[in-house]
Amino acid sequence: MSSRLVVIAIPFVVIAIFWLMARYEASRRHDPTHKGYFERNGMVLGIAFIALVALWALFLVVLPYLYMVVESFHPTLRPVERGGPKDVLTIAQYQSFFMAPTGDGWNTTHMGAFLFSIIASIAVTALNFAICYPLAFYMAQSGTPQKVRLILLALIVPYWVNEILRAFSLRLLLASKGLINQLLMGSGLTDAPVDFLGINVGLYVGLSYAYLLVMIFPLYNAIESLDKNQIEAARDLGAPWWRIHKDIVIPYAKPGIASGCTMVFMLAAGSLAAPQFLGGPRTLWFTSVIYNFFFQAFNWARGAAYAFLLLAACILFVMLMLRLFKVSLGETIK
Amino acid sequence: MTSSLVMRGMIGFYIFLFFAYLFGPLVVMGITAFNSPSYPQAFPFESFTLDWFVKLWNDRAMMEGLTNSIIIGLGVVAVSVPAGLAASIIMNQIYHRARGLFYLVTVSPLLTPGVIIGISTVIFWKDVLGVSDVTKALFYNGITLAILGQSSFVSAYCLLIFMARLTRFDRAQEEAALDLGASYPQVFWHILLPFLKPAIVSAVVIGFLSSFENYNTTTFAILADKTLVTVLAGQVRQGTTPALSALAVIIIGISLLGAIVYEVLKRREQSRAEQAQRRAKLAERTEVGAAQPATSTA
Repeated sequence: MSSRLVVIAIPFVVIAIFWLMARYEASRRHDPTHKGYFERNGMVLGIAFIALVALWALFLVVLPYLYMVVESFHPTLRPVERGGPKDVLTIAQYQSFFMAPTGDGWNTTHMGAFLFSIIASIAVTALNFAICYPLAFYMAQSGTPQKVRLILLALIVPYWVNEILRAFSLRLLLASKGLINQLLMGSGLTDAPVDFLGINVGLYVGLSYAYLLVMIFPLYNAIESLDKNQIEAARDLGAPWWRIHKDIVIPYAKPGIASGCTMVFMLAAGSLAAPQFLGGPRTLWFTSVIYNFFFQAFNWARGAAYAFLLLAACILFVMLMLRLFKVSLGETIK
Repeated sequence: MTSSLVMRGMIGFYIFLFFAYLFGPLVVMGITAFNSPSYPQAFPFESFTLDWFVKLWNDRAMMEGLTNSIIIGLGVVAVSVPAGLAASIIMNQIYHRARGLFYLVTVSPLLTPGVIIGISTVIFWKDVLGVSDVTKALFYNGITLAILGQSSFVSAYCLLIFMARLTRFDRAQEEAALDLGASYPQVFWHILLPFLKPAIVSAVVIGFLSSFENYNTTTFAILADKTLVTVLAGQVRQGTTPALSALAVIIIGISLLGAIVYEVLKRREQSRAEQAQRRAKLAERTEVGAAQPATSTA
C-alpha cells in the first residue's frame, strides 16, 4: 500500500511548494495595496472556492491519474492479496505488452492493435480535415449570415443523437442486408453483398462520421477571423486558388487546424463505440483490448498499464501537433 | 462568368453531399422505425406501424437506464458548474507561476481519452471508498462513480465557458461597486454572478447533455448499474431491432424542437437587446441635451 500512499502525497507537496514561493515573493516586494486571497473573496466564499477546486483538480483529475499509473506498476492480484507481501512494484504489465505470454518472441496481437489504432486514427483525422475544410471555408468566407446560421443549426442537430445510435444508423446502411448493399445488388453492380463491416469500411466511416463536428468548428472559428481583403488582394495579384489556400488561409488557420486535428485524433484513438459496433470481427482496436482486460479478464493492473500507454501516445501526438503547427496549448483548447 | 457559375454549382453540390452524409443515415434509420419487419429495413417499405414505439415504452431496462441517466446528469451539473465557476475565479487570482500548471491540470481531462478517465476513476475510488464498510455500502456504486468520473471533464467544459465570459467582464464595474462601499462577497453575488448568468445557463445545458450522452467514461464507471446509453450499447451489441430506431426518432424530434425553441428565443433576445440599445441611445441624447443648457447658463 505504501507506494500508493506516496503518490497521494505528491500533489500536496507541489501545492505547498507553490504556496511557499508565493509567500516568499509577497514578503520580498511588500505591496500595501495587495489584498490577500481571503480578504478579496471573504472567508465563506474563499473556502468554498478552494474546496470546490480541490475536489475537482485533486480528487477527480490528478489523484485518479497518478493512482492509475501506480496501479499499472503492480502485479495482477486477487483482492485479498492487495497490500500483502506479493504486492510489490513491477514492470511486468508493460513487459507483457511487448513480450508474448510464452516468453519467447513479441506480443504481436497487442502491439498490432496499438499500431493499428494509432495509424487508423491518423487516417481518419486526415480524412475529416479533407471533408471539413471546404465547408468551413465556405461558411467562414463566402456564405451569407442567414445561410451560415442555417448550416450551423443543421450541423448541430444530428449531434444530439448519441454516439451509439449514430453507429447503429451506419450499421443499418452498411450491413450485408443494409440499404447500400440492396442498392448495389439491385442495380446489378455486384452479385453478392459486400462485407463493408468486415473490411473495416464501417469502422472508418463510423469514426469519421462521429467526429465531423469536432473538426469543423475549430476550422470555422479560425478561418472566420481572416480578413477577406487578404484573399481579395491575392486574387487580384493573380494567385491561383490553391496558392491562396496554401499560402494565406492555411497558415492563418493553423491554431484551428491543430485544435481540430488533435481533438479528432484523440477521440478516435480513444473511441469505444465505433470499433465495437462497426469494426470487423477480426479487427482489434486498442481500447477494446483495455475493455476486455477490465470486463473479461478482471485484470485491472494490466488494463491500467495499457490505458497509460494509450495516454502516453495521445500526449505525444498532441505535443507533436503543437510543435508542427507552432501553436501553444492555450490556443488549441478553446 | 461561366467559371464562377460552375464554381458555385460545385460548392452547392459539395454542400449537398456533406449534408447527405450527415443526415442520410439518420433518415434511413428514421424510416426503419415505422416499417413493420423485425429486422430494421427501410426498403421495401412493407407497412406503417407504431409498434416499435410501444415496445420501447415497455422496455424496463431502458426506462431504468433513462432514470439513472437523468439522476447522473443532475448530479454532474451540481458538481461541475460550481467547480468550473470556482476554478475560473481562482484562475485570475492564483499565484502567477502556478497558473500554467493549474490550467494544464484543469483542462487535461479534455485531452484524455474518456476510457482512461473512467478507468482511473474506478481504480482510485474503489480504494478510497473501500476504507470502511459504511462508505463502501453508501457510495461505491455506479451512479456515484459515474457522477465523479463525468464531472472531471464536464467541469473543464464549464471552466472554459466561464473563462470566455469573464474575459468580457468590465473591471470598472467591480471597482465602482467597491468605491460605493460594497464588500467583495457582495460584488460576487450582485455583480459578477448576474453577469455570468448566460454562461451558467449554457454550462448547465452543455453539462447535462454531455453527461447524458457519454459512453466511454460511463461504461467503466457505471459498474453494475446502467444508464440509457449503456443499455443501448448492450442492445446494439446483441443485435438490431427497430425499437432502437424508434428511440432515435424520439431523440431527433426532441432536439429539433429544442433547436427551434432556442432559435426563437435567441431572435427575441436579440431584438430586445437592440431595442434596449436604441432606448439607451435616446436617453443619452436627451440627457446631453438637458445638461447642455444648464452648463451654458452657469
